[in-house]
Amino acid sequence: MHYLICLKQVPDTSEVRIDPETNTLMREGVPSIINPYDAHALEEAIRLKESFGGKVTIICMGPPQAKEALKKAMSFGADRAILLSDRSFAGSDSLATAYILTVAIQKISETDPVDIVLCGKEAIDGDTAQTGPGIAQRLGFPQLTYVIKIREIDQGWITVERKTEGGREVAKAKLPVLLTAEKELNDLSYASLPNMMKASAYDPEVWDIKALPCDPSQMGLKGSPTSVSRIFAPSAKTGGEILDGTKDPTIVAGNVVEKMFQQNMIMVDPLAKGGK
Amino acid sequence: MEKFDVIVVGGGPAGLSAAISAAKAGVRTCVIERGDYPGTKNVMGGVLYTRSTEAVVPEFWKEAPLERPIIEQRYGLISGDEILSMSYRDPAWDQPPYNAHTVLRVKFDRWLAQQAEKAGALIITETVVQDLLYEGDDVVGVRTGRAEGDLGAKVVILAEGVNNFIAQKAGLARPLKSENVAVAVKEVISLPTEKIEDRFCLEPGQGATIELFGESTQGMLGTAFIYTNKDSLSIGVGALIEPLIRAKWTPNDLLDALKAKPYVKRLLQGGEMKEYLAHMIPEGGYNAMPKLYRQGVMVVGDTAMFVNGLHREGSNLAMASGKIAGEVAAQAIKVGDVSEQTLNHYDDRVRDSFIIKDLHKYRKTGDFFEKNPHLFKIYPEIASKAMKMFFTADETPKKEMQKQILKMAMKKRTKRGLLSDMFGAWRAFK
Repeated sequence: MHYLICLKQVPDTSEVRIDPETNTLMREGVPSIINPYDAHALEEAIRLKESFGGKVTIICMGPPQAKEALKKAMSFGADRAILLSDRSFAGSDSLATAYILTVAIQKISETDPVDIVLCGKEAIDGDTAQTGPGIAQRLGFPQLTYVIKIREIDQGWITVERKTEGGREVAKAKLPVLLTAEKELNDLSYASLPNMMKASAYDPEVWDIKALPCDPSQMGLKGSPTSVSRIFAPSAKTGGEILDGTKDPTIVAGNVVEKMFQQNMIMVDPLAKGGK
Repeated sequence: MEKFDVIVVGGGPAGLSAAISAAKAGVRTCVIERGDYPGTKNVMGGVLYTRSTEAVVPEFWKEAPLERPIIEQRYGLISGDEILSMSYRDPAWDQPPYNAHTVLRVKFDRWLAQQAEKAGALIITETVVQDLLYEGDDVVGVRTGRAEGDLGAKVVILAEGVNNFIAQKAGLARPLKSENVAVAVKEVISLPTEKIEDRFCLEPGQGATIELFGESTQGMLGTAFIYTNKDSLSIGVGALIEPLIRAKWTPNDLLDALKAKPYVKRLLQGGEMKEYLAHMIPEGGYNAMPKLYRQGVMVVGDTAMFVNGLHREGSNLAMASGKIAGEVAAQAIKVGDVSEQTLNHYDDRVRDSFIIKDLHKYRKTGDFFEKNPHLFKIYPEIASKAMKMFFTADETPKKEMQKQILKMAMKKRTKRGLLSDMFGAWRAFK
């Protein structure tokens, strides 16, 4: 089995703030981390490798300093890491990024066919959740998104549990497949010391435009139809109304019910009996 | 088990200096650091001295992420809303050979770690050393908290900082005592460059430091400081834990009270707090120093209590001791003898350097201050009042004024008390 992880280096958004005047992200001094969902995708691949054997390859598109993220990712026990880095990739939106990553996966598959592509469900800096599905579409792989559990891999089929709005869905697909990971998929583990040492001495491969036969019109700013018109901080949520129920619970309960009706939280059939 | 020649526990100035000098001497060196990268857990007020740094990385100022070269040092005594201050300024200190720079450790230590890597050392981060590994009585490596986490070493250099857990386990250091440890808190407050330069009367790029005594620590033994960075100020206050407990002050409250002083408030005005940091400082000095070595182990930096609080020196003692330890380790490994007899050279060399000579000179000051807790309270008040009377033109004849000043001082401290304080100070500092 060959597991391939698409990993992104992102600013730690818990430390990014938005400049209230210019509405731009204040990224200065903010540390870069592995996108947390991608870390769960990687963890799952390492676990699959431990149970079924095989090989884990990580690819990452980004500037040269993203090597740091790849070196760190290697410490969890991956076998190979490739950084896709070229000035002409810069400015790519999720469509163009999916294209470049797909070309890389196809190139890797020429010598070492990929069975399962694992992505995080989304990157915490953009929250689009488009890149993974975009890759699946281009590769012609079935996509299982928002995966919270891999139930079984058997006879070339994979069964997973997906997180949906209202619950869980069990889905089955034929390999090769692309999964996108939720955080519930696993708990991250602590790398062993020998793996840490190997990773710190590891130098990720770097593929630039010469190494990847990409169509220039489909990548970078030119290949990116998305434009960000504005970034803004969502207005802070108000604390909500608090009704003190300690003094006269009956009246307060009545008030609560009344408010629920006023805000159409509860609909009552006008013909029903006993209603208000 | 992977084996190294030298393992350094802790990636601060002491540990990284040890790693650089060991790696440069050609021995296989590994640094184990618990933070995400060296610097993330490391805190000091912010003054980095040139000589000891230069000895580890020649001409470091050309590349290192430094904030400002310090051209002015100011001492202030705070009493109520009043301040009595004295400063020395030399504009030539803004160029080589510098005396000191302000730094932000999260940037500087990371850079120093890169120099260690360039010298050939391996740096393992996010990993905690739990204990030393022994064969009989001989130290043969370290045990980390990771799976398959044992690493072999011929020499282990303990640069674990003020929390000397491993040194204690190895029978070198004793548990810390509250009278030997200060706790300091610090805020980094961002301010535009021009405002900093205006407020401190600096040419572009120059820096200044202020140390404040007296009411800045509510009369407790300790100091407060304000240092200029590129586009921020570091402001902090530290006091020994023992008097803090006795007076029921938290360091945080000390800092808030300091920031409310008019003189300080004006310097910080309009700034925005970016970072809050806290750390312990080993202030035990000469008398609290652990045993500095045993077979296969040396102790450096804060772990060895190498801090000269009176001169706010610490990072330079750390780097100088680390450098010596790295050199002695490499030498011992080359001759194939890491016994106590060989590592004794480390002890000899630090004793022969300013590190222990300075600590020895001030060995009695801790005791002196501890026995005379009134010093940091009464004298700032006396000095402040005296200056106020001296500068006030209220038609009092000067001779009369001098008498009044003397009377005021005697009211706060008897003649006998004054004399005994002076004699005590002379004995402690001579």
